[in-house]
Amino acid sequence: MRSDDATPQTSSSKEQGTNAPPERTKTATQGGSSTQLTGNQRMERRGPQGGANTEGETQESTALPAGTKAPDFTLHTTPDQEVSLSDFRGKRVVLVFYPADWSPVCGDELAVYNEVLPELRKHNAEVVGISVDGVWCHIAYAKYNKLHMPLLSDFEPKGEVARSYGVYRKKDGVSERALFLIDEQGTIRWSYVSPIGVNPGADGVFDALEELDSQKAPQKGAAA
Amino acid sequence: MRVRRQGTLVKDVGPGDHVQGRADAPVTLLEYGDYQCPYCGAAHPIVKALQRYLGDNLRFAFRHFPLATIHEYAEGAAEAAEAAGAQGKFWQMHDTLFENQPALDFESLVGYAEELGLDVERFATELENQVYAPRVREDFISGIRSGVNGTPTFFINGVRHEGSFDFETMLEAIQARMQGIAA
Repeated sequence: MRSDDATPQTSSSKEQGTNAPPERTKTATQGGSSTQLTGNQRMERRGPQGGANTEGETQESTALPAGTKAPDFTLHTTPDQEVSLSDFRGKRVVLVFYPADWSPVCGDELAVYNEVLPELRKHNAEVVGISVDGVWCHIAYAKYNKLHMPLLSDFEPKGEVARSYGVYRKKDGVSERALFLIDEQGTIRWSYVSPIGVNPGADGVFDALEELDSQKAPQKGAAA
Repeated sequence: MRVRRQGTLVKDVGPGDHVQGRADAPVTLLEYGDYQCPYCGAAHPIVKALQRYLGDNLRFAFRHFPLATIHEYAEGAAEAAEAAGAQGKFWQMHDTLFENQPALDFESLVGYAEELGLDVERFATELENQVYAPRVREDFISGIRSGVNGTPTFFINGVRHEGSFDFETMLEAIQARMQGIAA
C-alpha cells in the first residue's frame, strides 16, 4: 500500500518541524519539477537536502558524505543482544535511519528493503535499521511486519548514533530518513537524506552497490 | 557517484508485458500494483475510466509489485493473474482480483479460475508449484530499480506520475504528455 498517502496528517505534522510545501519525490534528485503535487500526496519536506551524493543540488544536509569513515557504534537490538557496526566488517552495510517504528512511511520503507534482502545479499550487503525507539518497540514492530533485518535502538543516549552520522533532528527528537552505504572496510560510500515523509525506495542503494562493484579493485576509501 | 536520476523507469514496456490498448497509442500508462493493496483497488476503476475516456490514445500496462511480507495474499494473487495469463485470460483475472480483494486465498483463486472457464487443474497445479514466481519477481525487481516505493506507482511514458491518482489528476497528466508529443 502507498504509505505516503496513508499517513494521517497528524502524525506527519508531529514528525515534521517545518511547513514546507508538500513534496513527494526525492529531493536530491528532483531537478526542476517540484511543484506538481497534491491531493492525497501530502508529503512534506524541509527544503533541499542533498545527502551526500553527487547529484548536484544544494547540500544543506549535515549527513556524513561518501569517503568518510563510518563512526562505529554498539546498540541493542534486543534487551540482551547488541550489534556493532564492526561486526559487519568484510560485508557492506546499508544503514537505514528512520524516524520511528509504526509510522506508515517507515513501514513501507522497511517492507521494501525486507523484500529485496536476497538481492542485496548478492552484493554482499546487509541491511540494518536504526531509530530512537526502544528495543521492545522494535521487537513488536519487526514481528508485526515480519522484518528480517536487525532493528537497532538508538535510545540511550537518545539519538547519539544518528548525531554521529549527522542525521539527528534535534527539534523533533528523531533521526532523519537517511541511507548510508558502508563498504567492507567501514567507509561510507554513498549517503542520502530523503524528505522525512518520503519513502526513498531502494533504487539509489542498488545503483550505489553496482557502482561499488564496478570500482571494486581501485581506490578504497579514496575520497576521504 | 550516481548519474541516473532516481525514480526513472529502467525497463520500458515491451513484449513481455501485459498490455491493453494499441501498441501505437501516444501514451502508455504503466502501473506497478499489488492485488491486495487497497489503494490499488481504489485506482482500478479510475484506470478503467481513463481507458474508456481516452480510447485508442491510451495503452495500459500492469506489472506486479506484491509487498508479500505485509500482504499475505498478494504474491499468490499475482501468480494467479500470470497463471490465468498463460491461458489467455490475464486481464479477466486481473479485474476479478481487484473486484474481490477481500478474498484472495488459494481456494478463492481456484474458484475465480473456474468462473473464468480456465483449465482449473492446470491453474491450481501451476499455483501450487509457484511456476510464475520468477515472472512476478522480475516485475518486482524492475519496480525496485525504478524507485517504486509503494503501490500503486504509475509511470506515464516512462516518467513517474507524482501526483495523486484521482481521475482528473491522472487525465491532466496524460493529456499534458499527449500535447507534449503533438507539439
